[in-house]
Amino acid sequence: MSLYSEIGGEAAVNAAVDVFYRKVLKDDRIKHFFTGVDMSKQAAKQKAFLTMALGGPNNYTGEDMRKGHAHLVGLNDSHFDAVMENLGATLTELNVPGHLIAQAAAIAESTRNDVLGK
Amino acid sequence: MPVSLSPTLMEPLAIRLSPQADKSLVISRNAGEGDKDSLRESHVYVKYGGQSFECGDQSVLDCLTAQGVHIPSGCRSGVCHSCLMCAVEGDVPEKAQEGLKPTLAEQNYFLACACYPQHDIEVVLPNAAMGKLQARVTRIEYLNADILGIWLKPAAPLEYRAGQFINFFKDEYTLRSYSLASVPALDDELFLHVRKVPNGLMTSWMFDHLKAGDNVTISEASGDCFYVAGKPEQNILLIGTGSGLAPLYGIIREALRLGHSGKISLYHGSNTVAGFYLVEELRKLVETHANFSYIPCVSEGVAPQGCAQGMVHDVALKEIPDLTGWRVFLCGNPLMVKAAQQQTFFAGASMREIFADPFG
Repeated sequence: MSLYSEIGGEAAVNAAVDVFYRKVLKDDRIKHFFTGVDMSKQAAKQKAFLTMALGGPNNYTGEDMRKGHAHLVGLNDSHFDAVMENLGATLTELNVPGHLIAQAAAIAESTRNDVLGK
Repeated sequence: MPVSLSPTLMEPLAIRLSPQADKSLVISRNAGEGDKDSLRESHVYVKYGGQSFECGDQSVLDCLTAQGVHIPSGCRSGVCHSCLMCAVEGDVPEKAQEGLKPTLAEQNYFLACACYPQHDIEVVLPNAAMGKLQARVTRIEYLNADILGIWLKPAAPLEYRAGQFINFFKDEYTLRSYSLASVPALDDELFLHVRKVPNGLMTSWMFDHLKAGDNVTISEASGDCFYVAGKPEQNILLIGTGSGLAPLYGIIREALRLGHSGKISLYHGSNTVAGFYLVEELRKLVETHANFSYIPCVSEGVAPQGCAQGMVHDVALKEIPDLTGWRVFLCGNPLMVKAAQQQTFFAGASMREIFADPFG
């Protein structure tokens, strides 16, 4: 069984996206990156990210990730760490078992270099 | 906020049963749909921009792109919504609307990358759907010192939902968008609230020259800030400033008409008491509907009896601090709408249930 279906598929992502996006917007370390951003569109991107992290279908490429974050001045590892933390906290809050959270975290972690343009 | 479909769902395994060209049927078997075979016409055409293209087993996006038609797209997996299109003729498969806001789905919007039509379909890009039509001004009257009520009778029946907007043309090059405060099932005429913009090209003309009997050009209705039937027990919060009351006035009356039973709480914000309008009409609705409440909020000076004091979204959130499960409509001043969007989201409303219509 894939991580995505084990975790609950689209329903799980739907449950997670509001919780995750609220955490991100309230996080003093990263919230300034979202100032002036269209919230509705951003929520769709957050959902795309969560779908990928939870092993769901996606067509994202490293190149997309690089382009999508290239304009964010000062983006560094500490910000990426903050997002990782929010992801873990979201899944914990939704009672996702630890071993599945670890798998999701590993997938999200694999995008670090692309997101940070390394 | 969609989720993408599994790639295997996107690639129907087509088995051609009969080689005859025209009447042949293709049985497509979608992985994940169990044993349910669905019949699909072999020659499905996608009509776009006056031309027809054979779709085959492709998505609408792939079909059009292969023909050199430029359709904005991004993830190609139903997530990013870049390839949003609207079907003006034909049925949209359910899968192509997964994750769309209910107000978009109801208007036949769909994601071209996730759309595998079963029958012929005619599609347009968003906004291209807005045709023009003529309308006659039937009545004009001041709703308060700054806001003009304009009633219009369209020359042809206009299909719209309460809370959507139309474009109003002064001439071929000058147009502005105005929300509809009327309800199709209740009102014969379209009802607009126009706030006077100092030195505004459009509103100066409207306030000084437009009169009953004039013929004007308007567009068809658009926008996704409206009431969708279903979930009648859900609570609804509506926050508006100034003429942002217009779409809310339509949405509220439509919800009440359809027997919405959850709370419907309206907060209307203005700098001063002089900015409120339709007060009598709204108070009458309060009297006749126990689930409807109307709180005018003044941001400057002392609030008189019957009004709350403070910024309208602050007042609303103070009175309703937990918005978990609520549907939220925010209209008017863009700064208010933006702030309220974040605050109502933090207060528990889901992003999918927050409908925002900022205008100045």
